[in-house]
Amino acid sequence: MTSATPKLWNCAGGIHPPANKQQSLQGCIRTAVLPPQLIVPVTQPLNNPPQLCVHIGERVHKGQLLVQGSSHPGLAAHAPAAGMVTAITEHQVPGMSGLPELCVVIDTDATDTTWPKLPALDYLHTDSDALIRRVADAGISGLGGAGYPAHSKLQSALHKVDTLVLNATECEPYISADEALLQQHAETVLNGCLILLQITGATRCLIGIEDSKPQAISTLRSHAHDPRLQVMVIPALYPSGAERQLIYTLTGKEIPTGSWPVDCGVLCHNVGTAFAVARAVMHGEVLVSRITTITGAALAQPANYDVLIGTPLTSLLQQSGLDTTKLSRLISGGPLMGIELPHAGLPLTKLTNCIIATTGQELPTPPPAQACIRCGYCAQVCPIHLLPQQLYWFARSHELEQAQAHNLKDCIDCGACAYVCPSHIPLVQYFRAAKAELVQAHDQRLRAAHSKQRFEAHQQRMASELALTEQRRAERTTLAKQQPATTNSSSTAAQDAVAAALARVQARKAALKPAASDNKDPPP
Amino acid sequence: MNNLQPLSSPHGHAGSKTSQVMLQVLLACVPGTAALWFFFGYGVLINLVWLTALAVAVEALVMLLRKRPVLFYLRDYSAVVTAVLLALALPPATPWWLGLTGILFAIVIAKHLYGGLGCNLFNPAMAGYAALLIAYPVPMTRWLLPQAVTHALPDLATAFNFFLDRDVHDNIDAFTGATALDKFRQQHGAQLVSEFWQSTKVMGQWSGAGWEWVNAGFLYGGLYLLYKKIITWHIPVGFLLAIAILAALFYDGGSSQSHGSPLMHLFAGGTMLGAFFIATDPVTAATSSKGRLIYGALTGSIVFVIRAFGTYPDGVAFAILIGNMAVPMIDRFTRPRTFGHNP
Repeated sequence: MTSATPKLWNCAGGIHPPANKQQSLQGCIRTAVLPPQLIVPVTQPLNNPPQLCVHIGERVHKGQLLVQGSSHPGLAAHAPAAGMVTAITEHQVPGMSGLPELCVVIDTDATDTTWPKLPALDYLHTDSDALIRRVADAGISGLGGAGYPAHSKLQSALHKVDTLVLNATECEPYISADEALLQQHAETVLNGCLILLQITGATRCLIGIEDSKPQAISTLRSHAHDPRLQVMVIPALYPSGAERQLIYTLTGKEIPTGSWPVDCGVLCHNVGTAFAVARAVMHGEVLVSRITTITGAALAQPANYDVLIGTPLTSLLQQSGLDTTKLSRLISGGPLMGIELPHAGLPLTKLTNCIIATTGQELPTPPPAQACIRCGYCAQVCPIHLLPQQLYWFARSHELEQAQAHNLKDCIDCGACAYVCPSHIPLVQYFRAAKAELVQAHDQRLRAAHSKQRFEAHQQRMASELALTEQRRAERTTLAKQQPATTNSSSTAAQDAVAAALARVQARKAALKPAASDNKDPPP
Repeated sequence: MNNLQPLSSPHGHAGSKTSQVMLQVLLACVPGTAALWFFFGYGVLINLVWLTALAVAVEALVMLLRKRPVLFYLRDYSAVVTAVLLALALPPATPWWLGLTGILFAIVIAKHLYGGLGCNLFNPAMAGYAALLIAYPVPMTRWLLPQAVTHALPDLATAFNFFLDRDVHDNIDAFTGATALDKFRQQHGAQLVSEFWQSTKVMGQWSGAGWEWVNAGFLYGGLYLLYKKIITWHIPVGFLLAIAILAALFYDGGSSQSHGSPLMHLFAGGTMLGAFFIATDPVTAATSSKGRLIYGALTGSIVFVIRAFGTYPDGVAFAILIGNMAVPMIDRFTRPRTFGHNP
């Protein structure tokens, strides 16, 4: 650990929303009550079909494999508790699309039988491939944001990165899961960092954490004995925890648009992921639970919970003392990038870092949008240096070319622009819609090009077939002209064949006659 | 709770409102307005009240015609800001029909025919002012003598007579006179700046008598807007620097060929009102920081060029309208580099 303050690079824009993290940081991480039913999402990345290992009616043990994650970039899922598989069905989950995903429904019982654990590994004496396989077997996805399978990310970073960035910023308000984790389990998290360093061959690990978390910082510092671990305290500013923004703040490297951090020698992981990696490698534990913040003014006791994946949110909210009369909206994630949920019956996924049960006063529904006065406050806070006030016009008028020319695709949906907009214009909603339109237009262009290709190939095929038919016809004509004699001889041969056939028919009729007389039917 | 149409993120908001932005601008106008009232009398207040009432009525009428919710749109106070800025720019002894024409042009033509708030290419107040200046040059250039020069400002009854367009010709010459910028233009080439300064009463400490305090008032209000982060420093700094630098270049050591000192230009006419309140109108100004500096410098330069070499005594309105025309181009060429993109 270095004593001198390391150099930081300042990110553009950003906002300072009220943190609202103290509500959920009052006590220790609580263990959530085992719900009677778990709904475990098993949908695979890139919509690959999941390879199910269980069937309806099967009894499963805690930690038993539900879905194999061996195929790249598959994500294994395990039974979070013992019980009976009662359904394998599509169920709505907290997600951006709102589309249902395949889930394994387990009716839990109190027997608490456990599947044999994976053997613990000594990471210093295990090769990278075996460690990556362990991460894959444990079903670890990125626990910070996008939820990409951790082993795929590690595989792509193998021998390519020199810097590991551990994202401990947790810059979004309300969410305190990572902070609580660091306060209580900093040592395990740092062990996870050492394992990730061992796997990737990176020479240093930069731990980015906001200065608003003094307790977590001191715990981290007191455990970061390895000289490769560098705790870097950055000023609290939203969205400093966005992957590319954090990498820039810590290393000064600006990841070019269209390429990935690993292309620039940096791998970024979240503290929750590092924690899960440490437990999988050192204790052989698979990922069946995560730390989630349950907070909001509609709850009597906001807190951080260690929750089993697949726990219905209703159960969690009840444990936190939900006042249904106060509840106005339910948000999965933080208030700036979170998704509003349609109801509380959805299950917790590996990505659910926070649930906010909010009242009408706490996060009021926005008033109707007023006209854009081009005040430019949005451009001042944009961390990407976009011009939201221009993009808004392009998105509204469906000028996709202009939107693309103004780099709409680089927008990270952080919501800083809409947060400061004095006219309350739902800018992020416009940008999401326009980005979807861009994707659609791109798909359409691809499809059109494909259709054109197919049409042209078809035309060519038809032309060549026509040419072949013509050629054959021409050949036959020339053949007919060349051999008139053979044609005559062949016609006499045909006449002979007819005569022979007639003779055969006569002979058969003659043979049939005595048989017909045997028939007992009266003659007509 | 069963929410059928979930809202898009973000779910929180900083709590700022467009109406608050507009109200802050109105609040920041108070010191300059008070100075104008002190030096030019009741006409300033009559203009303010009359134009504001007209603007609200005209805005409401247009919203009715456009079939929009009237109260919702009136509550953004943009019409009031337009009215106040136009009222502060008008001479304080104008007849009622002048304000009416100005407001109709500003709100109906310059604002709503372009699509309403946010869509207008030109600053409505300045478009209204420019239309009046071209159509009615005589009443538009007839300024009262400031309190510092004459001790006989029109009383309330006389001010109303001006407003109602009554007995104007008998009364008006007792109160009106050329402004400092006018006088300066007229003396051009006859004497040294220092001699001229002593020869006329309309010059004050550093600039026009009375006018220097009016400008100081608007400067104070402008600094308040900066402090409140309603505006950024780029446009006022670009605007004022351009005027100061050009004035310094053409000062000519105060000779008879001089176009006036930088200090005189900074505190004369509509300089501060233009720099902090009108050029900073976000709808019609450039949006990026670099673009705002360029836009401010462009408008400031045109102000000086019109004052020094044009036929009008002050050029803030025309300068800003010309600047407005250049905004789309400035915006196009000053787009900031997107994170992760090559310049």
